[in-house]
Amino acid sequence: MNGVALYLRYVGASVRAQMQYPRSFLVLNTAQFFGSAIEILGVAALFGVFGRIRGWSLGEVAVFYGVINAAFALADAPTRGFEVFGPEFVRTGAFDRVLLRPRTTALQVLGYELRLRFGRLLQAGIVFAVGASAVRLSFTPAQVLLLAWTLAGGVALFSGILVLQATLSFWTVDALEVANILTYGGVQAGQYPLNVYAAWFRDLLTYVIPIGCVAYFPVVALLGASDPLGAPGWLLPLTPAFGFLFLALALSVWRLGVAKYGSTGS
Amino acid sequence: MLRPYLAVLSARFQLVLQYRAAALAGFATQCWWGGMKVLIYSAFYAGARAAPMSFAHTVSYTWLGQAFLMFLPWYADPEVADMVRTGAVAYERLRPVDAWGWWYARALAWTAARIAPRAGLMFVTAAVIMPLVGLGRWGLRLPADGAAVALFCAAILAAALLSATMTVLLNVVVAASLTDRGANAFAAPISIVLSGSLVPLAFFPHAFVPFLRLQPFAGLIDTPFRVWNGELAGLNAVGAIGLQLAWTLVLGILGRCAVESVMSRVQVQGG
Repeated sequence: MNGVALYLRYVGASVRAQMQYPRSFLVLNTAQFFGSAIEILGVAALFGVFGRIRGWSLGEVAVFYGVINAAFALADAPTRGFEVFGPEFVRTGAFDRVLLRPRTTALQVLGYELRLRFGRLLQAGIVFAVGASAVRLSFTPAQVLLLAWTLAGGVALFSGILVLQATLSFWTVDALEVANILTYGGVQAGQYPLNVYAAWFRDLLTYVIPIGCVAYFPVVALLGASDPLGAPGWLLPLTPAFGFLFLALALSVWRLGVAKYGSTGS
Repeated sequence: MLRPYLAVLSARFQLVLQYRAAALAGFATQCWWGGMKVLIYSAFYAGARAAPMSFAHTVSYTWLGQAFLMFLPWYADPEVADMVRTGAVAYERLRPVDAWGWWYARALAWTAARIAPRAGLMFVTAAVIMPLVGLGRWGLRLPADGAAVALFCAAILAAALLSATMTVLLNVVVAASLTDRGANAFAAPISIVLSGSLVPLAFFPHAFVPFLRLQPFAGLIDTPFRVWNGELAGLNAVGAIGLQLAWTLVLGILGRCAVESVMSRVQVQGG
């Protein structure tokens, strides 16, 4: 059985298991929808008071918001294994068994669970659609392609962050809540266009954790605006590639962690 | 009379206080969040329109919101949820104490012990260190006078008393539904919006603001912080604190009735 078939088998088992509790599935999805939708309520309240932020309208910010939230939702569902890697694999010693199997570790951890959560994705989709119609975004095939490429870069970036978070638990054994700064905090930061932030924070979000590369720059291109920060127009649609670069780096750090792993002995 | 309740209060307080790493992690997360909110507010305030609160007040409100984040009833008491799951909740019926008072004392200690270190650290960071390193414009401003400090302390105390009644109500929902998932999933978003933790209540549309300030969640965040900023002073502040205490009483009585009714037919799972 090749890797893809094995992964699909993992996914099938995970989906069947979750659908054993349909009511729980509904409750958790509804809760995630409302839990993530309150953010746009806050954004809308602020726009109600102030009108604009650094020249951007609510409709434009809604497009940024929708893209980054959708990317995170899509990355969050399959990477559950990395998210709970510390407590579920390292502390329990379950990673010993993973190492014994003749398959790559990343694939097996990825197969831990495909979390069926559509609340945030639905919310992001609605906000994106409302924002896109408010700014009269036209969807040419090139635009749709750019949107898909942007989302793919975002999924890669957030997956990379979660892989790094998991790698950290090789050293700390348990999960570090501080890592939420990069996932949920990254979503929060990416909801607004980059030029609202101070320069040092923009640089952090561009060169260290390239949230801006999977949200701000490509969405500026999507909106057909010119970048107030002065990035050249040809570069904007290419930036999501940095999401993939980040994931590749994260996976090589992951291999370092695996090589360093000594069982907890439990 | 009160001894067992005070004992569980102090025991739980000291126990939760031991989790220093959790407190530090929470503090770091809240600094990041507070900083990001302040950056965003600063960009909004750079526009031309007038806001219902001054920038300095909004910034203070934001830092205080991070310092006292644990006033929000994020979830039911995890120990109670655990008891419900394992069936140990049956032991709660054997204790010669009032079930509501027992859970209330635990909730109060749990809230206070998670707040004390974070609020202390946040205060030192935002009100002392930030001005010292030249970031005073983005830091926490102190209240105008001693009277405001005294009223703020009273409002914070009232917020703690109020918050614990909400936690007990969540405990009851957990005990009745036999799982903490449902209650926990909805408690956080509702309280984040209605308390003023998401954005200060003054930023919502004018027509809603008076009503938003009457509902109980406003007493957790909005009321004490407006006292700190001096927007509520003198009799207005006393009245607002009175409202916090009134809600504490109402939710307390409601919780007590609910605990009695749920615990009299509690189902024990497992064994």
